[in-house]
Amino acid sequence: MYVAVKGGETAIARSWDLLAAARRGDSALAELSLGQIRQQLRLAVARVMQEGSLYDEELAALALKQAAGDTVEAVFLLRAFRTTLPRFASSKPLDTAAMRVRRRVSGTFKDVPGGQILGPTADYTQRLLDFSLGDNSDVPPCALADSGVPQPLPSVLEVLAAEGLIEAEQPLPGDPEPADLTRQPLMFPADRATRLQNLARADEGWLLGLAYSTQRGYAESHPFAGEIRMGEVSVSVCPEELGFDIDIGEITLTECQMINQFAGSKTAPPQFTRGYGLSFGEAERKAMAMALVDRSLRAEELGEAAHAPAQQQEFVLYHSDNVEASGFVQHLKLPHYVDFQAELSLIRTLRAQATSSAVQEANHD
Amino acid sequence: METTTRQHWLSLLAHSPASRLAELLQQHLPPAGDISWLRRAQTGLVMLQGRSGGSGSRFNLGEISVTRASCQIAGWLGHGWVRGSDDEHAELIAQADALLQNPQCYPPLQAQLLQPLQQELAARREQSARAAAASKVEFFTMVRGE
Repeated sequence: MYVAVKGGETAIARSWDLLAAARRGDSALAELSLGQIRQQLRLAVARVMQEGSLYDEELAALALKQAAGDTVEAVFLLRAFRTTLPRFASSKPLDTAAMRVRRRVSGTFKDVPGGQILGPTADYTQRLLDFSLGDNSDVPPCALADSGVPQPLPSVLEVLAAEGLIEAEQPLPGDPEPADLTRQPLMFPADRATRLQNLARADEGWLLGLAYSTQRGYAESHPFAGEIRMGEVSVSVCPEELGFDIDIGEITLTECQMINQFAGSKTAPPQFTRGYGLSFGEAERKAMAMALVDRSLRAEELGEAAHAPAQQQEFVLYHSDNVEASGFVQHLKLPHYVDFQAELSLIRTLRAQATSSAVQEANHD
Repeated sequence: METTTRQHWLSLLAHSPASRLAELLQQHLPPAGDISWLRRAQTGLVMLQGRSGGSGSRFNLGEISVTRASCQIAGWLGHGWVRGSDDEHAELIAQADALLQNPQCYPPLQAQLLQPLQQELAARREQSARAAAASKVEFFTMVRGE
């Protein structure tokens, strides 16, 4: 028997009103503007753009406001909106070497060309709550050096590359167009371009946990942060109507070049290998975690035993998307009334059988 | 028109705030009736590509919102492309691009639009680069013994 169940429209409409009221909170307090979210919650905005896979601060701020600060929900909203827009083109590859750097540190060399530039980092704060921020705070003026950070700022890894001590990073022959996960499903084995796209969209918490596992011994990983740089990079496209490349503005990116020990194989001498992370905005934790997991997923390519979870493509890439993960976990809230009735009646039958066979056995005794 | 010159102004216009562009372009714009719009502002996506390790094979990093517009002014075809979803910005760039290609309009626009925008962009970048450079670590070595 099939029973169609309808109803709940009024209850759903009331739940929308309750959600809107809860989002707004106490109306005696000023409402948040999108500009305030963009400016003062910039790292939350960056995360929503990265995992929503759409660089647009205004839309990400709106998504965060609508989701009342729930990052994963905001990511979902941005992904859904994205599907309504046409794709105009692909950009020219982002030139991170030409980045206008605001922060650059290296964990491998003290004296890197251009120096260690700390930029706006929380690394050297004491993590003591600053109660003065509870009221309106005055910001002290920033000092200016006599001259700016050089642009382009030489890459730290060039030092090692010049000596041939690190694997070369060059395009494949013909510089092929990379696979695009927004148009083709994820297939295995996934090439590095596909993996990097998946990791770029991946949930930061998922990547962080996996990256941590590689450091704790669940992969043969001996990483160093060769270079982390953050700053502005211009975006170039070649519009059909123009026929030449133009810049259409700049975006903030964080790039992490992780260096890993490699004992060598039959075909490659002992050298350092690379893991790469690139993320929207100021997102160092994400870029570093991405670089560590990129490297651990290269196990097979480099002839390493792939026994740890972070080295297994299917495990890592199939579970990295927080929109998919959230949807599947939360779909359990949806009506499973009929499934459950079937389970319930099965359990009752089994219990009845168990009881009757126990009675029979007792009678035999 | 030299491609590099046009490339340069299109890049400059896209890197400048829309409000400033509107302010400086205002007095140079022809009456609305003299502008024929081939494409009013339209927002879409561009897939951003990165390279593994910064220099290796390409991969798709994620998309960016982009707004584009095209117009014709006195026979000159102008195109505007800018990241973000600001319709006005894209349309201003398209109009400026059409006007800048016209040899009669170029000299005043060069002086009253491009030059100030260029100076302001350079100043913003210099300010940011100098502020970052102020946070450069100056190591000093502790000498022990002799």
